[in-house]
Formats: sequence, C-alpha cells, structure tokens
Amino acid sequence: MSELFKGKPTSRRAFLRGSAAAAAGAVTAGAAQAGTPDPLITEVQPWAQGWGDGVDATPYGLPIEYESDVVRRNVEWLTADTISSINFTPIHALDGTITPQGCAFERHHSGAIDLRKDDYRLMINGLVDTPLVFTYADLERFPRENHVYFCECAANTGMEWAGAQLNGAQFTHGMIHNMEYTGVPLRTLLEEAGLDAAGALQDKWVYVEGADASSNGRSIPMGKALGDCLVAFKANGEALRKEHGYPVRLVVPGWEGNMWVKWLRRIEVTDGPVESREETSKYTDTLADGTSRKWTWVMDAKSIVTSPSPQAPITHGKGPLVISGLAWSGHGAITRVDVSKDGGKTWETARLAREGEAKALTRFYLDTHWDGEEMLLQSRAMDETGYIQPTKAQLREVRGENSIYHNNCIQTWWVRPNGEAENVEVS
Amino acid sequence: MSRFLKFTLVAGLTVSATATVVWSGEYGLGREALPEEIAAWDVKIMPDGRGLPEGEGDVWTGEEAFIENCAVCHGDFAEGAGNWPALAGGEGTLADDDPVKTTGSYWPYLSTVWDYVNRSMPYGNAQSLSPDDVYAITAYILYSNFLVDDDFVLSNENFAEFEMPNADGFIVDDRAETEYAVWHGEPCMENCKDSVEITMRAAVLDVTPVEEEAAAPAPGEASVEEAVAEPEPEPAAAAPDPELVAAGEKVFRQCKACHQVGEGAKNRVGPQLNGVVNRAAGAVDGFRYSSALMDMAADGLIWDTESLAAFLDDPRGYMKGTKMGFAGLRSDEDIDAVTAYLMSFEE
Repeated sequence: MSELFKGKPTSRRAFLRGSAAAAAGAVTAGAAQAGTPDPLITEVQPWAQGWGDGVDATPYGLPIEYESDVVRRNVEWLTADTISSINFTPIHALDGTITPQGCAFERHHSGAIDLRKDDYRLMINGLVDTPLVFTYADLERFPRENHVYFCECAANTGMEWAGAQLNGAQFTHGMIHNMEYTGVPLRTLLEEAGLDAAGALQDKWVYVEGADASSNGRSIPMGKALGDCLVAFKANGEALRKEHGYPVRLVVPGWEGNMWVKWLRRIEVTDGPVESREETSKYTDTLADGTSRKWTWVMDAKSIVTSPSPQAPITHGKGPLVISGLAWSGHGAITRVDVSKDGGKTWETARLAREGEAKALTRFYLDTHWDGEEMLLQSRAMDETGYIQPTKAQLREVRGENSIYHNNCIQTWWVRPNGEAENVEVS
Repeated sequence: MSRFLKFTLVAGLTVSATATVVWSGEYGLGREALPEEIAAWDVKIMPDGRGLPEGEGDVWTGEEAFIENCAVCHGDFAEGAGNWPALAGGEGTLADDDPVKTTGSYWPYLSTVWDYVNRSMPYGNAQSLSPDDVYAITAYILYSNFLVDDDFVLSNENFAEFEMPNADGFIVDDRAETEYAVWHGEPCMENCKDSVEITMRAAVLDVTPVEEEAAAPAPGEASVEEAVAEPEPEPAAAAPDPELVAAGEKVFRQCKACHQVGEGAKNRVGPQLNGVVNRAAGAVDGFRYSSALMDMAADGLIWDTESLAAFLDDPRGYMKGTKMGFAGLRSDEDIDAVTAYLMSFEE
C-alpha cells in the first residue's frame, strides 16, 4: 500500500484504523454468526449508565471531538502568506448540500477584518438621484429574502490545469460553499437611492467595494445588479462569520466568488467598468495564444465525486457502496449527473437527492455494488441550459493550460482494490 | 425650557424631516451621503483617468518611495521577492508555456496601477501614501518595465495619454460561442472510448500538504497525554502575565504577514522574532536588514522593552529608512501585550 494523501483525514494511521475497524466489523459479524455476542450490546456501557453533559456545557456548540479532522485546510505553497490567501472546504467529509459556516472556505486579500455592526456604514453613490448612507439597523428594515446559493472561487480546480496535482477533493474542488442567505435585494437599495439620474440602464454598471484594506472592488453590469444580487447579513440562519464578511456581504448568485464582496461598504452606479485590479490583472483567463478573456463572470456547470475520493477511501470492502458527490451550475439548476466507473467509457445516471435548485449545490448518489476491482470514477453534470460538463481535454483544446480560472473539467479518481483513491488524469 | 427639552425638540424635528424624505426611495431609510463622506470613500479611478487628484511624481522620487514602501515584497527593481508578485518583466511571454504576468506585461490600464497602489498598498499600511508618492511609484513601475525613460514625470495632466502594452490583449467572454454551443446535447453513455489509460498521477507530483501526525491525536488519547506531558510551568520571576501574552498573540496578527515566531520560525518579509526581546538589533542570520537598522545596531541598539516600544509606536519616526512597512501600534497596551507575547518565544 503506497502512501497517498498524507494529510490528517487519510493519514496512513487513520486509513489503517479505518481498515482495521472494517476488518473488525467483518470479524464481529462472522463471530456473531458463530454465536459470540457483541460486548457493545451485552455489556452496560458508561454512556448508558451515567450522565452526559448538562445544557449550557457549550453555549455555542462545536462538532464533537471525533470530527476534529473535518476542517478547512490551506495549501501553503500556493500563496506568499495567509493574509492574502485561500483555504478549502472539507467537501470530502460533508454530505447534503448546506455548508456549515465554520468549515466553509475563506478567501481574503487583506485578512478577515473585525468590523462591528455599530461601526458599519453602507454608501450608495454615483449616478443615483440621492447618494445615501445606511447603517446596519437600516438594512434590517427593508423587506428581506431567503435564498440558497453556492459561492465558488473562480480559481477552484485552478491548480489542475496542467495535470493532476493535488490529492483530495478538498484541495481540487474545495473553494466552494453553499449557504442559505438572508438579505435585501440589491435592487431595493438602488431604487431607494433612485436610478433616474443614471438614464438608460442597459450600459450602466455598479461598482462594489469592501471595507478592508484590499477593498476588492468589482464592476457588475446593471442587469445583474438589478437581477438576483443580494445584500446579505445572515447565512444558514445566523450572522455571517467574520471570515465571510461580517456584518454584510454581497451575494452574486452563480457568478465567481471574487465578486461576492465582503464587508460591503460602497455601491456606486457608474457609466462603465472601473477595470480594477481584481478584474484586469486577476480573474481574467489567459488563452493559449496569449490573449485573455475578461468578464468571465458565470461559473459553468461542474461536479465532483466527494466519496470515495483520496481523503475518503473505501474502508468496508466489497458489496454495497454509496458513491456520492456534488454538482452545480451558475446558469441555473442541475438536471442530471452521470457517473462513470471506467474512466468515461460507460456512464450511469445518478440519483439526485432532491431536484436541482438554481445556482445552488445539488447532491447526487449512485447506490451501487462494488466488486473490489479498481475503478476510474468520474462524474459529469448537465444543467437546465443543456450544457454538458466538459473533459479536461476539451477545455484545454479551447483554452490551453494557462487560464488559471474557471476549470470545470470532469475529475477522475483512481480507486484501487484496497479502497484507496488517487487524483489521476486519463486518456 | 430646559436644555434637555430643547435638545429633544430639535432631535424630533430632525427625525420628522428625515421621515418626509427628499429622495425618491420608497422606504425613506438611511440618510443623504455628505460630499465629504463621498470624497473620503469614492477614490476609484476610471480607465480614462477620471477621478485622479492633482499631483505628479518622477521616476527617481518613485524609486526612493518604492524602495522604502514596496521593495520588501516586490524587490528593489520590482522583480518580486519570494512568492510575492513581480511587477516588472515578462514582456512577450503571455503565449508561452509559463507566462509571466506583471504590471508591464499584462495589466491593460495604468489607472488600475494608480488606483490599487493608492487604495490598497503598501500591504499592511494601505492608504498611507500621498498622491504625489503614488504618481512617483507608478512612474517607477513603468520605468522598471522599460516603458518610460528615467526623466519621465507622471501627473494627472499626462496620465490619460499613456497606453499600456497589453491594452489590446483582452477579449470579452466568448464562451457562449466557443464552448456552450459545442458542449451541448445528448451525452454519450456507452462505448464512449476505445481504451482508457492513466496519463498522470497526483501522487507522482506529491505536492499535497502533509500534516504532522502529532497534530492529530487519536480521540481519547489527547487529554491523557496532555495532562501527563505538560506539567504547570515553573513560575519564574520575569514570566510574562499569561493574559497579557494572550492579548499579545492577538495583536501579533498584524505582524504575522511578515514575521514568524515559534518553533521552525523562518525569515519571511521580516526576520523571525524568536528571542528578539533584550537581544542586539540586526542579529538574525540570513536576513537582509535595512542600512538604517544596521547603523543603529552598530551603535549598540538592543531591543529592550524601551527601544522596542519606541520602535513599535512609530517605526519610521524611530528608525528613518526602516524596511518595516508598518504604521505602528496605536496603543501602549498593544505594545506591552505584543512585547509580552514576543518574550514568550526563546531563541
């Protein structure tokens, strides 16, 4: 057995522990047939005899210690320091679709700032009838909405352009999270300031920036701003976490995460794009001939098998196996996900846990029987526009290998007879 | 009428004036932004140069300002230091296997350079540069890319005339034509390929982060091991107050971008700081200190609590020419706390 992913979740020891547990399970099951009773059942266990914790033992609860490996992780060599950097959601260990805030990936350009609600101000200026300033309390008085959306960094899977590089779904696909947001439509705030001064709206833009030192300004065409953008202050029912922009962030559904400005402090109606650093030197996609695409805002349909995967090997041996994963599209709802066990020769249509929801994560399952043979696992998403998630070869043919951003290729996991999995590329 | 009542009356009038809103908004929430407030926050520069303040800066002034404020990360010649971005070079490489995307080779608009330097740089001390400094630094970045001569002066007057080399290097997103139209329809389900071979493996490259086993104690082991292995530290006479150390750890977050402490600390943008308190200045091996610091070290500077406090209060005031691009700590409490925190790390 070779050392594959050496990180915490599938450290060799953890993997061996898993294998041993599986083996022990098999033995116990065999023994039960032979009539040896399971002491976990026949002997009174301490938890069945004494007390557990009282209420208030943890006024705000964290996951139990046995789940302490389900955490965000950083890839140190990617960036110069952690202040302007990114980490990754442990998608290999989660199920369902909602990402808990505490393990949802972070991306900062000048660190996660500490901004109190009392110190929060939101300005709307530029081509509006009346430039306005709102406090946090003001925002809570506008009619608000609830929506579930995924937020994916444009650079998700960006390290995989030139080849299979990082060994784990967390690292190849973990720059994504999916939350239920509560907030005020951006349209409501723009209309409060009045858009008559802007004249014809089709060629107008909205420039948004944050309160941190990077300010991370981005230009958004007016159509999107008046469409489904949300000025959000709650996620998954509670206040946004500091690292996700407390107290207020912008939600730009289906579009690259960089535009979801955190600590949102200013919204300006302009007569053109500002062409800020984040929309020229970064978040533009260089093609093989050296020209670069700009304004590539939408995140195309994409999917990933989260389990089994390098950090989530099969530990139970042959027999029933749940292959599980996530699919999403910035163009709308996921309508279908296919799974291949042989590297793309043959495909089976997976079961969607629920009907796909527009611009939100969709969970898929393939309930199957594993014969213990090696698999080259792939998943392929389709969305409501009829778009089919491309292979890496198809993407490279159009874009070359230097785009950095928007890599939505089909991923391959090589699952071996011992249950371990590895990130590979196939012909 | 008492003052209190008068005040309430005035406040009441203000509220009712706000309630009968002057703007077109349906809800009448918020208040009108004042011109001074808009001026303070709206500092964006449009691609045609709209928004630039009056001012100017030449290449040589820019070089000095660059070395003082930027070179610690971006190198003296804007070539980049370590993993930090290079701002110069890369001309003609965009179609190569490894394109070098710098300000000179890639950025389409000069306005972006001015805007970004002005609002977000220097890293860790944003919005501390004067408009003239920003013009000068921008001029120096152009010079370091061989885009202007050494007598070049950039100002709000000539700014719009300057065209960046890669201004025409961008196209608007064309995925609808080149990709969506093709990757569409009914996908293949059977016999989609003749053969499948593994062509590349992540394990061969082996760049996935490795975590120490010690950092992942098995459940149940941790509490026992910790209880046995970590006896109460001996109370020493000079031991810093643990609460102060904890407060200092928080303050140190402002320093972490450039300085490391603790086991395995390495020199980054700034030197590693293990054992720095009460040690001679400029003593960390392998770190290139500023000449200002080396001069003071030669004069016998010791980083005791007094000198450290003076330095941290006003780095550039205390040491003119320091490479440390940090504005200083705002309160004596923060300085005491971070000093206590630094004292907790031995050499």
